[in-house]
Amino acid sequence: MDAAVFLISAVVVLSGAVGVLLARNPIHAALFLVETLFGIAVLFILLDATFLAAVQVVVYAGAIVILFLFVIMLLGVDRADDLGIEPIAGQRPMAAVIGASLLGLTLTTLLISVNGPTGDAGPTAVLGNAETNTRLLGEALFTDHVFAVELTALLLTVAIVGAVVLARRISGPLQPLPGVAIAVANDQETEED
Amino acid sequence: MNLLALDPLLSGDIDLTIVLIVLLKVGIAFTFLLISVMLMVWFERKLISDMQNRIGPDVAGPWGILQTLADGIKLFFKEDLIPERADRFVFKLAPYLSLVPAFLVFAVVPIGGDFRNDAGGVVTWFGHQTLLQVADPPVGILFFLAMSSIAVYGVMLAGWSSGSKYPLLGAVRASAQMISYEAALGLAMATVFLMSGTLSTNGIVADQATWNWNAVTTGVVPFIIFLLAGTAELNRPPFDLVEAEQELVGGFHTEYSSLRFALFFLAEFMNVITMSAIAVTLFLGGPNGPILIESVAWLWPPLWFFAKVAVFLFTFVWLRATLPRFRYDQLMDLGWKMLIPAALGWFLLIAALNIGGDRGWPTWAVVGTGMVVGVLGYLALTGAIRKATLDRAGQDFEGVN
Repeated sequence: MDAAVFLISAVVVLSGAVGVLLARNPIHAALFLVETLFGIAVLFILLDATFLAAVQVVVYAGAIVILFLFVIMLLGVDRADDLGIEPIAGQRPMAAVIGASLLGLTLTTLLISVNGPTGDAGPTAVLGNAETNTRLLGEALFTDHVFAVELTALLLTVAIVGAVVLARRISGPLQPLPGVAIAVANDQETEED
Repeated sequence: MNLLALDPLLSGDIDLTIVLIVLLKVGIAFTFLLISVMLMVWFERKLISDMQNRIGPDVAGPWGILQTLADGIKLFFKEDLIPERADRFVFKLAPYLSLVPAFLVFAVVPIGGDFRNDAGGVVTWFGHQTLLQVADPPVGILFFLAMSSIAVYGVMLAGWSSGSKYPLLGAVRASAQMISYEAALGLAMATVFLMSGTLSTNGIVADQATWNWNAVTTGVVPFIIFLLAGTAELNRPPFDLVEAEQELVGGFHTEYSSLRFALFFLAEFMNVITMSAIAVTLFLGGPNGPILIESVAWLWPPLWFFAKVAVFLFTFVWLRATLPRFRYDQLMDLGWKMLIPAALGWFLLIAALNIGGDRGWPTWAVVGTGMVVGVLGYLALTGAIRKATLDRAGQDFEGVN
């Protein structure tokens, strides 16, 4: 049973990954990415990491890829864009080298690690079974790793503030908010009467 | 594979009877949802007609109750159009991405079972103990959040793949609205998790077995936030900017016709029903209620469940008949500047009260500190909003907002 679930979700994950690379249309690539993320969520369930599985779908599929789609739709990237141009010179050979070395590193780690890839729930054993998983994860995050959690929160806040500051660089006077604009228009109308 | 282990039915060896019981439960949930969608569409049209002094559908069947069936058959036989500029595969896929999550959410809703005396909602069917819900995963209610974030894809891809302007605008509006309000919805639900100490829907209902419904024990505010955010999440009036006919023709499904349109329609009404069912489960004790006649004790929990859901369904129709549509900036203001801060503040207060209870801090001190922090936060937020408004208006509109 476990082996069957693993094989099916592995096929889903890998075919999604290949799809992301081969799709000509960026929206289709994003959809293949969702397929991969779903497969990974199933793999998490297989490891009894139920909370991670749910969060994987809520955060990655539900928020991050939706944002990708927003950007693609609003900026209107489509098939007509020439993929032959490299935005940064030497980017593609570098990507190939780094990708190959990451793959090599991961495979080496897997092969020389003590037990090798056994498929056991080893990495999540500390986090208990499916029932206690959420509570134990929360306890670990907010006791042993509380400093890292707080730092990440700070980092995200800085990122949001930075994004707002960058996006708000407007030349000329600011436009009034719609509510104010309508109120002002109504005031002027009544004055004219 | 312990995901389903909370249901006593699946904890031991699995034989043919158990498979059949699971299939029966799936069949019941499926039929129940389809029939209730049919009745809900009719109920909405009839009730709105009453509120507007009209008669409404009254030809098909007694009181027009078969009207939805007639409409469904008509849609089924209509011509199925695909616009020339559409992305054909995604265009065909999108309705199913709306419909399937709507169906799946109902799987985690307990619709009956005896929760008195810590019975945990277990019923006995054909000699096997089981729960009256299709599945009870340990992360139950997160499953609901996951499915509602998948439903965004249906709307978004439908709008994009139509290859047309109005659907694209409608889809961008819809997904922005659904993502914005999901945050407030999640935070309101988080206070319930704090009170119940579990994510499993069965556990949450069992925790409310003695009339201590979460709507009251969490202090009503999360319940109200959940209802507002839930209405927005459903794209129902007064938050139906998604299909504001005057501006967008029909919103994201403008280009859809025939059966594919029917699937969107089905998903929309099914979401109304599942959202009501989730609200009942989280805040109003699910199927808990007084057992009035002991000889048919099994009948009462589902009856109370349906009665509570019906109250919500009535309210949704009532809102539609009563309230005008929000403007887009008002919608975003309500979501980001009121509901999310209020839900977050209330969540922190409940968390502080819980910890205070454990540590033996005096309640008045916790509530007092909470109120001081709340007032300071409110002043900081309104101050910032007021400053931004004045900056934008160029300082000379002191009186406005």
